[in-house]
Amino acid sequence: MALEFSAQAKQRIERLLTQYPTKQAALLPVLHLAQDEFGYLPDEALHLVADTLQLPAAHVFGVITFYTMFHREKSGRNELMVCTNVSCMLRGGYEILHHIEARLGIKAGESTADGCFHLVEEECLAACANAPMMICGDRYHLDLTPQKVDTILDDLRKRWQERARQAPVGEAPAATKMGLGPERKF
Amino acid sequence: MGWEEAKGVKIVTKNFGVPDGHKLVTYRARGGWEAFKKATALAPAAIVDEVKKSNLRGRGGAGFPTGMKWSFVPKEARTVYLVVNADESEPGTCKDRELLAYDPHLLIEGMAIASYAIRCQHAYIYIRGEMMREAKIVQAAIDEAYAAGLLGADHPVAGGGTFRVDITLHRGAGAYICGEETALLNSLEGKRGWPRLKPPFPAVKGLFQQATVVNNVETLMNVPDIVTKGGEWFAGLGIGKSGGTRIVCVSGHVKKPGVFELPIGISFKDLVFDVCGGIPNGRKIKGLIPGGTSMPPLDASELDVPIEFDALMTDPRIKDVEIKPGLPFDMGNGRRLKSMAGSGGVVVFDDATDVVALCARIMRFYAHESCGQCTPCREGSGWLARVCTRLAAGDGHSGDVDLLGTVANGIAGNTICALGEAAAWPMMGFLTKFRADFEAKLRKVA
Repeated sequence: MALEFSAQAKQRIERLLTQYPTKQAALLPVLHLAQDEFGYLPDEALHLVADTLQLPAAHVFGVITFYTMFHREKSGRNELMVCTNVSCMLRGGYEILHHIEARLGIKAGESTADGCFHLVEEECLAACANAPMMICGDRYHLDLTPQKVDTILDDLRKRWQERARQAPVGEAPAATKMGLGPERKF
Repeated sequence: MGWEEAKGVKIVTKNFGVPDGHKLVTYRARGGWEAFKKATALAPAAIVDEVKKSNLRGRGGAGFPTGMKWSFVPKEARTVYLVVNADESEPGTCKDRELLAYDPHLLIEGMAIASYAIRCQHAYIYIRGEMMREAKIVQAAIDEAYAAGLLGADHPVAGGGTFRVDITLHRGAGAYICGEETALLNSLEGKRGWPRLKPPFPAVKGLFQQATVVNNVETLMNVPDIVTKGGEWFAGLGIGKSGGTRIVCVSGHVKKPGVFELPIGISFKDLVFDVCGGIPNGRKIKGLIPGGTSMPPLDASELDVPIEFDALMTDPRIKDVEIKPGLPFDMGNGRRLKSMAGSGGVVVFDDATDVVALCARIMRFYAHESCGQCTPCREGSGWLARVCTRLAAGDGHSGDVDLLGTVANGIAGNTICALGEAAAWPMMGFLTKFRADFEAKLRKVA
């Protein structure tokens, strides 16, 4: 099936192209847009992006597979990115990862059967002073404890189930978006 | 000036905690964009001179003098780009999220002044892909600056002409290597983030093959105050050839981890025990990583040294990094490696820490992030990760400790970019400072 960008996305691409001297430079922003629209980047999306920017599909493929944030496979809608790099490791990052694995019954790199969660063991996410931490959606969850994680997971699943009920049949619910986190004092 | 005198001076974090500090109206009410007005009343070369005088050094890791970097842009260059490196991903470093979320307009004004100084008409901010919230905040700030006629509009300048600059926010997509400036430029051009051979340096042939300056977020956020208060004032806050303050991110085993703006002359001891309240759970400090995980660690006896760039490279109180006992690592021309101030990410570990496991985790990171272009790094980082991991698991082979040193020495200096060193230096550093811990792991097996 051939994919199409929405009218809104097309407009954004038009604007993006005015911001760079080459079409190729708009590749990362357009891939982000495509992934936002389609949820992941299957072959159809890859070819759509290649055609839109007049680039060889092989080049687009090389770029998609180089960066960790672009997904070729459909995965759970709420991606839990748990950091286990040194700052988090020293403050219990692995305990948090293993707690989530046990609670969801999956290993890092897997999705839950209902498609609600996808768990990733991440490298440093630049919030070391608030270790251990994870990202979900556009939200950083800081200073985690197993109890805090339980609350976050329960909340995410509840929102996801509500959206699943509202969404038309066959359409995956959108990722949970949340506002700004609490301000942190220095 | 001793660090006590410069205590409490806030340059980069001066607007932190101010309600609605991320909005343009707040920023202007607190004197924002006055520095830009002052700057454009001077000749571009005068701004470069002032920044040279300030002893501002790049805050991304290498500590290269910023004014000098700006002056490398060829006079005859017709298109000049400024690129802000906000792709912070060095483990232990966590300042950009705070800086971008709390005071995006300080960065934008710093970029506008820098653009004027180097005659750039289009500047890009390359922000780490995972920082989605920060990207929204920065984009909103850019939109505000456009709406207010600060960006994308002509400003009268000294000598009668006009100056205008556009700023575009560009999101990365998850690749540590894109923090390396030439990899970042390739990524910004829509390619895989593979570092480029230097020379040519970006100042001559950078983004889209044009003259380009790449600066760190924190570096540029210092620029407005340097223009307002003068280079001499800024230089006076620091020590030696390093001016101003430094944002330090402290994580790991301290009572009060956090992101702090501190005088650049503060010692690691004062940082850990005074600013961060010491080590929790009644434990003692075993060592620390001084500036992101790619820097050789310091042990507990080396903490009187200031966090400043040159001190970490030359202070005699820091031991030379060795390939194996008695064989110092040669950085070329007989230069010895001690450590470096790097990105300002300090990771503290206490005396109960399994440093071999810690080191193995660091090596796993670099093996994962090696872009695969150069064989010594691609293969060597994997070797370091695998050998270090089996050693940490008590599954080491005899000779493994020496093997780690040999492999690390084989990577360093033999790759296009510094990711090779980023894996090799801490490996040799950990072996130099904590060799007994590695050997104890071996003995357990035997």
